[in-house]
This record gives sequence, C-alpha cells and structure tokens, in this order.
Amino acid sequence: MLTDKDRIFRNIYGFHDVSLKGARTRGAWDHTKVLIDKGPDWIINEVKASGLRGRGGAGFPTGLKWSFMPSDKRKEDTGDKRPSYLVVNADESEPGSCKDREILRHDAHLLVEGALIASYAMRAHTCYVYVRGEYIREREALQRAIDEAYAAKLIGRDNVHGWDFDIFVHHGAGAYICGEETAMLESIEGKKGQPRLKPPFPANVGLWGCPTTINNVESIAVVPEILRRGSSWFSGLGKPNNTGTKLFQISGHVERPCVVEEEMGIPLRELLDKHCGGVRGGWDNLLAVIPGGSSVALVPAHECQDLTMDFDALSKVKSGLGTAAVIVMDKSTDIVKAIARISYFYKHESCGQCTPCREGTGWMWRVVDRMARGEAEKSEIDKLLDVTKQVEGHTICALGDAAAWPVQGLIRHFRDEIERRIDTYHASHREAAE
Amino acid sequence: MAVRRLHSDQPSHFAFTPENLAWAATLIAKFPDGKQASAVIPLLWRAQEQNGGWVSEPALRAVADLLGMAYIRVYEIATFYTMFQLSPVGKKAHVQVCGTTPCMLRGSGGLIEVCERRIAHHQHELSGDGNFSWEEVECLGSCANAPLVQIGKDTYEDLTPEQLERILDSYEKGQHVLPGSQTGRKASCPKTGPTTLTDPALYDGTVASEWRKRFPEITGDEPKAASLGAAAVADAGPATPAATPAPHPAALAAMANAGLVSELEKRGSKPLSVDEIERLKGVYAKPAAAASVEKTAGAEPELLKAPNGEADLLTLIWGIGPKLEEQLNALGIWHFSQIAVWTTDNIAWADAKIADLARRANRDKWVEQAKKLMTGWRPESAAGDKPKG
Repeated sequence: MLTDKDRIFRNIYGFHDVSLKGARTRGAWDHTKVLIDKGPDWIINEVKASGLRGRGGAGFPTGLKWSFMPSDKRKEDTGDKRPSYLVVNADESEPGSCKDREILRHDAHLLVEGALIASYAMRAHTCYVYVRGEYIREREALQRAIDEAYAAKLIGRDNVHGWDFDIFVHHGAGAYICGEETAMLESIEGKKGQPRLKPPFPANVGLWGCPTTINNVESIAVVPEILRRGSSWFSGLGKPNNTGTKLFQISGHVERPCVVEEEMGIPLRELLDKHCGGVRGGWDNLLAVIPGGSSVALVPAHECQDLTMDFDALSKVKSGLGTAAVIVMDKSTDIVKAIARISYFYKHESCGQCTPCREGTGWMWRVVDRMARGEAEKSEIDKLLDVTKQVEGHTICALGDAAAWPVQGLIRHFRDEIERRIDTYHASHREAAE
Repeated sequence: MAVRRLHSDQPSHFAFTPENLAWAATLIAKFPDGKQASAVIPLLWRAQEQNGGWVSEPALRAVADLLGMAYIRVYEIATFYTMFQLSPVGKKAHVQVCGTTPCMLRGSGGLIEVCERRIAHHQHELSGDGNFSWEEVECLGSCANAPLVQIGKDTYEDLTPEQLERILDSYEKGQHVLPGSQTGRKASCPKTGPTTLTDPALYDGTVASEWRKRFPEITGDEPKAASLGAAAVADAGPATPAATPAPHPAALAAMANAGLVSELEKRGSKPLSVDEIERLKGVYAKPAAAASVEKTAGAEPELLKAPNGEADLLTLIWGIGPKLEEQLNALGIWHFSQIAVWTTDNIAWADAKIADLARRANRDKWVEQAKKLMTGWRPESAAGDKPKG
C-alpha cells in the first residue's frame, strides 16, 4: 500500500499554496543544481533505471526516449547545428483523463522543474508546453508558475542552474488529434494538426526540422522526485516493468469520482473501494470498466475481480492502461450507447488525413448507433468487426486504432446484448407490420 | 472529422486593437525568427475574443496579413480547430456542454435538454434575445467532475440540470457564478474529503528534505562510491571503441530515424541489410527497456578460472556464436550448468561486461536452453535450436 510519503503530487487537489514559495516547502526546486551537475548521462540513466514509462498512454520507456536525442558529441561529430527542443504534451483530451489538469493547476512547479532537468539532459534550451485550448485557467496557472521561476532566476538566461532555458506556454484550440506527438508539432508550427509519417522520428526531425522529444506532463513532472530519491526508490514501487506511482482518474458510476495518486499495479477493486466509495450500488452492480481512457477496450465485470492496474495486466485482458483513466459503468448503463458515443467522439476528432480513419470512424459510429437501437441485422456485427480490423493499423497515427478498439471490445464482450436488441427491434416491427 | 464552414453573413472588416497588436508582437517573439506562423492559433483566439466570441472572415485575413501567411492556411486552421466559432454566439454566454461518455454516464443528457429548451433547439443557434447559444462539445478533460459545462474561460462542474438553470439565470442577470465544482468539493478531491495526502510530514519539510542524505554534495560528507550505484554500474559499461570507421550511410540514416544510434555504434561499421534494420527496430524497443532496468543491479554469477574437465560447446545455445563463446569463456563461463542457474541479476552483471548481452540472453532464453542442454539433449543444428515464441 502506498503511503503519503511516497506520493509525488502533494498538492494535487490544491489545498495548499500553489505559489513558488508553497511548492518549495513541499520539496520542489530543492538543490536542483546538484541534480543538474550530475550531468545528462546520469540523469538519463537514472530515468532509465527507474523504469518510468511514459504517462501519456503508450507507455514507452521515458529514459530510452530521451536517449534517442543527439548528444553534444554526436552533434559535434556530424556538424549538426540544429537546436534541440522539448515539447511537453498537455493536450489532455482523452475521454476519462483529467490528471494533467490538476498538475497544471496545483503542482505546476513540478512540471517547470522537470522540464528544465529534462531539457538539460536532452541538450535543449527551449521547451514548449502545449496546453489544450479549453484549459484556459490551467494555462494561466502554469504561466504564473513559469513567471515566478523566471523572476527567481531558476530558469531563463543566466539562471542559477547554469543552463540557459526558456519555457513557453502554447495552446491548441480544441483538436484531440493534437495530442498525437507529430500532430502537436504540426500544430505548433501553425498548421492543421495532421500527424506526420514516421520515420523520420521527432528525435531526428521534429519541431521545425530539429531534434525534438515530446513527453506527457506527468512523465516530466515526476522526474525531479525520481532523481532526488533515486531510481531504485521509484522502481521499488509498483510491479516489474510497471514501476512507480501513477495518477488514476476515476469517473462514471462510482460513489465519489476523483483523481488520486496510487501505486502502479493496484488492484482495480481496491482503487475503487478505497478512494471512490466503491461502485454505485455495490461491486455486484458493476457492468464493465474502461480502464485507460476511451481508446482502450472495455473490460467486463467478471474479468474485473482480480484485475490490477498496470500496462501488462491490462494488455493481457486485451485492454490497456492508457492514461489510467478509469471509466466505471454500472448495470444501469446502456453499454452499446456508451460505446456509440465514444465512436462519435472519434468520428468528430479524426483529422481527415487517412481514408480508413476519416471514412471508417463515421461508418463505425453510424452502425454502432443503429445497433444501440437494435436497428440492424445480426450479420452486420461481423461486418462491423471486419471494418474495425481494416481501420486498425492502416492509418498514419493511432487514432484509427483507438477508434477501432472500443468497438472490438464491445463486440467481444457484449455481442449477446447487441443481438438481443436486434431481436427485440425486429420483433416489435414484425408486430407493427402484422 | 468536423466539416465546418464560415458564416454566410460576414462583417465588412476587422482590425486588431493597438493593445492586441502589441500583445501579438510578444507572442511572435516566443518563436524562432521566421517561424511566426506558429502564433496563428493564439492570435486567432485573441481575434475571436475581440470579435465578441466568433471569428469572422475579415478577422482571418487580418491574422494572415499580420503573420505573412496565405489566407487559405489561416482558413484551414479556423475550420480545423473546433474552438474557433465560425458564427455569432450568445452575447452573454455561449454554453459548451461536454457530452462525451464519462459525462454522459453522469447525466450530461439532462444538461443538453436544459439548453435545448431554454436557449435554442439547435446547437450554434442564438436564443431569441441573442444573449445565449450552446453546443455539445467533445471531452472537456474534467471527467472526475462530470458532468460539466464551460462558459467562456470557466468550467462549472458536478452539475445537475437545476444547477445549470440557476447558472444561466445568473448569467442572464449579469451576476458572477463561482466556477468549479458546484457541490462545493475542492477540484477532483473525493467529495467526502481526501483519502490521501493527509500526512503532515509532507508539508512541514520533513519528507521534502529527506532525500538530501543521499547526496554528499549537500550534506558535506565525503563522496561514497556506493551512493549512486546505478550510475556507477552504467559507467562501467562497455565503452565505444575509439576508432570506429564511418558506418554505412544508409544504415546510419535508417537507424537514426528509428532512434537506434546507440545500437549502431555498438555494432561498429558493419553495413546492415534492410531486413536486418527492420528486425532490429522490432526487437529493440521492448527488451531494451527491461535490460536497462536490470543494468542497475547485477550480481556476479559463479565463475571458474578453468573448465571442470572439458568445456561445454556454448555455441550449441542458439544466439551464442564463436565470438560470444570466447567472451564468455574469458569471463569464466565454460559450462551449460553455469548459465542454467543465471538469475536476472547475473545477466545484468554479465551485460555490464559484454555489450548487449542481457537483451540477447533474454530474447533467446539462454537459461532455458542451457537447462535443456544439461539434460543431454542436443539440437539438430550446430548453431542451436531457435527457441519458440
């Protein structure tokens, strides 16, 4: 069980002073120079050794990602004069996710400090934080924290840490797809947020053609604490390959929805019972959960009993940890309609670049929406499944996959329910015809 | 994707206020020279604010002229990003109701009904007096506080239809409503109070300063070799040979694209085939992460100065060639029985001696193979049998 002492986000609800002074009493910006003086290799190795996996959904090892950035030596050897950039992804738009918002509002100094350290490790002097357009107050809060850090000479030119560093807040305007890293780069460059084909990867050709790494807010904000307390502290929490702590966001049919920092690999039931007052109407009233935000497949109640919340356990049940946004659905839920609404979301948010996604997301939504009313043929269920497979893996970015998986999960676990609706619909219409 | 068009009825012109023009200059300064197009989204947003909540066609042109962009590029941005309102919105409030699944589960349907009844039947349509308009938006990113609406810069969370009615009443009268959760809870804290972060040691500096003991630079103690074990072991890793000839350019480009430069450096200048590059990309990402974690620990396995009798032919293990066998022998590993009892710590130890050993040992399941070979079983091929899976 995680104790308060091992929690990184100590002001996640904003009960305490959010200013620099307040953040300092909680440990932020404490002897940051000591960490910086250890050098980029030490920082990257510590992050690698901590086992930190990216908190934005894909779970790629953060230290490894950083090591793809060109070192000073490599730049010198190849005569590469391009600057390197860090881009922090605060385009939190995945339905179910609401953790970065709390970091930006209440623990922003952890992010600013983390951005300095990460930029230094990757030899970047400039960082852009891309905040989703709707987070206007959050953007203001982050800007306040940055202004304080500039004023205290913690960042900026000739700062006390000896590494010139500028951090700028940038924002989007309501496009989910800009959370995809290359779409985000396009958006920062002043274009439509349409993902780029990879390779080249951003670490080689990123923002304005320069080496760039894109990290989630939470991934960056936990770095100072990992360096201070040591990689072995972090890797000692959680489970092998799924280390550390994680902000879980629980929404939907629980008594008390909330955001809470817990250990990776916490059993789902413990998470819900301990922090959320349990499922509305009791555990037996659970129908299904979507454990990692709308992009992952749902997990039906009978598989939830011993489910643990980590990347590997959830991929075993053909779902995923994603952003650890747990959407809980009790037995009152119209499950087909709930998934249809997710399909509508992807239809709305497809950038329109790749045909399978642009056409497929709309097609899937229209069919699932009909199925929610029972207005379909049973043969269409397999056709729908087939279409999801044709979208999945056939697009530049993962939005196509993200649109396909929830539908696949629905068919996998609730085919009976869809068939029942189709039967009911046909029966009532036969009566009407007679 | 959302298909959106400009409003049919457009004003004749738009000009930024002097304050906004001055602000635009500071905005453009955030970006490198010549990259002012990056300012397009914040600038359009400012134009929308100045223009009463929507962007008109002349405003698009004003932004394009200011940034030296083609009009069509700015038009693309305005139609692509759905927070840009392309038609006039309510003078007092434009209500954005989140309708995505987490909000839907907690009753956003009721909020939408209020809007339909009270404001206008259709989204983006002005109310009779022109004071209100509404739309259903996709996830607003406050799902633990569902359902919610956003009006202007603020969100009103944990709403019931009755509360939304009251909020709209207040906007009607021009009264301020306290944003945030309408049930009085703080942010996304559980409504009955926090279940975590109650330890006072977090806030009196005790926990915050605890870490300093690890660093002699701060405590003023003599540096201890063991205090930063992880870094020390990593530093002891194999150094790249100093005089490596230049790698094959095509391989360099392809692997740099995949971010595999360190891998390439380890392999020296040997040109790689396309197939090999593809294979490497595939195997690299997963085990490398695990291997890097293991590097931190590391325990010396049982080693022998010389083989007990005749040495085993280690090349019978799939994945071990003559060169690796030589390296293993040099470390003091001669027998299947030695490899068969390796723990992950032992592998980590060996990985620090032989470049990239952990990844290969794990991928090819050396321990498992060695156990099988100890039983007297022999593979069909001298290179060993490739393990399944």
